[in-house]
Amino acid sequence: MSTQTLSPSLAGADAPAPGTATGLLIIGASQSGVQLAISLRALGYTEHITLLGEEDHRPYQRPALSKEFLQDKVGSESLIFRSNDYWIQHNITLVKGERIESITPRPDGSGEAVGSSGTAYPYARLALTVGARPRLFEAPGAQLDGVVYLRSADDALKLKALAPEATDVVVIGGGFIGLEAASSLQAMGKKVTVLEYGTRLVGRAVGEDTSEYFRKQHTDRGLDIRIAARIEKIVDDGHGAVQAVRLESGEEIAAQIVLIGIGVIPNTQLGEKLGLKIDNGIVVDEHAVASDGHTIVVGDVANMPNPVPGSPSGERIRLESVNNAVEHAKVAAYSLMGQREAYAGIPWFWSNQGNMKLQIAGLSMGFDATVRREVPDKGKFTVLYYRAGHIIAADCVNAPLDFMAVKQALAAGKNINPDPASNPATQLKTLIA
Amino acid sequence: MAKVHFTDFEGATQVIEATTGDSVMETAVRNGVEGIVGECGGSLSCATCHVFVAAQDFEALEPMEEMEDEMLYGTAVDREENSRLSCQIKLCAEQEIHVTTPETQV
Repeated sequence: MSTQTLSPSLAGADAPAPGTATGLLIIGASQSGVQLAISLRALGYTEHITLLGEEDHRPYQRPALSKEFLQDKVGSESLIFRSNDYWIQHNITLVKGERIESITPRPDGSGEAVGSSGTAYPYARLALTVGARPRLFEAPGAQLDGVVYLRSADDALKLKALAPEATDVVVIGGGFIGLEAASSLQAMGKKVTVLEYGTRLVGRAVGEDTSEYFRKQHTDRGLDIRIAARIEKIVDDGHGAVQAVRLESGEEIAAQIVLIGIGVIPNTQLGEKLGLKIDNGIVVDEHAVASDGHTIVVGDVANMPNPVPGSPSGERIRLESVNNAVEHAKVAAYSLMGQREAYAGIPWFWSNQGNMKLQIAGLSMGFDATVRREVPDKGKFTVLYYRAGHIIAADCVNAPLDFMAVKQALAAGKNINPDPASNPATQLKTLIA
Repeated sequence: MAKVHFTDFEGATQVIEATTGDSVMETAVRNGVEGIVGECGGSLSCATCHVFVAAQDFEALEPMEEMEDEMLYGTAVDREENSRLSCQIKLCAEQEIHVTTPETQV
């Protein structure tokens, strides 16, 4: 590890000089990194903030990449979090296109990070908002031209560039990203096949009833969805580009684009270099502080105590969502200000797939009973999840009133009586007690 | 240029010049106007961009769709006759609109 010093007071790792290194370095210009900077300024944090990201873009929002941006319904400018003026006025320095290669921490929590450009970034406090990276698909042909992922704006731009020439798309992975992109590509006129390895769609995030609902709805809309699909290889067209996906059954599904969406891996590399405790992400306490007692870790990369009130003691969770990036960053901002604030609100998630708007309130893990509500002619579908008679979560498709009611009940620590809730004509908010 | 007059719940107003085609929510968030969150980025999923639209401007808006109407029942501060989700108000060239933000969005 090589380090380069900017100031004599930071000459060596053995010479901590409290009070000389100033400012906060946030590594990761992500939703959580942006929110951390913004929340700190709102709380009156006066130290300088550097928000550093490895992508060569101003900090931007990812959710639209698989939806409105892919379909050209919004331009790149509308993905930008904040105007340039905002960052200047709030004394937040943006660094783009810089990847941190090494970090030399000091016992007092200060230290110095060095980027791939050779530039050194001394800091008094460090925050990691480094997110996650797509899990790579490992099969013969996975390196062919036309095989793409969808995590970053550059990924989306690459997919958009390929789309006009393609008539057939295979999406590998029936999770949120896969189904959102499949719906978008279908709306763009492509023939789309979704190959899911597991026994149901979105298996990690929703219950079986919701999985089946999405399978049927997507199938009715013309998506070719294969459950428990076993892929042998991606077939070369003879010129290094994809031509088809071949299943173990021998069937070949034509494709000029193969989009991989099989989950993400938390970016723990810098945490490992810092010697932080790692376990399905970087382990943090309820105040977003890592095992060294100094480093702040927020968002997709953080393995944190389950923040839902009443969840089993000691239960830990890593959440991949905008809502968590925002709320966790607020907790971290308080933490950096020396204040201890509890995680606010109930985790929630959304996924828009064609004309289906899924909103999830709460975390359904550990449920022991469900209640279904359905208004088929309006495309409304809700599953309520209960644990020991108490509501813990809901999957709501095109049913914002249900979503809002469950979110309110959970936030207030109240229940929704399950028996009358099965009647979709009864408003859930009247059952909150 | 379009212009949005944001008045917070205590009565303080700021005027932001907006890009034609942007929503009121985007205009607020990009310029750091407090009082509008817009957590979902404008995909009509979170109801954290609730505004009260001035009467003279409210009538001129496109009527809201059912989804927005339903989402408005879940706002942190109760909806009123002139409530809208500001992510659904897209600004036309030279349009000027006056909105008041609620005390809280979450």
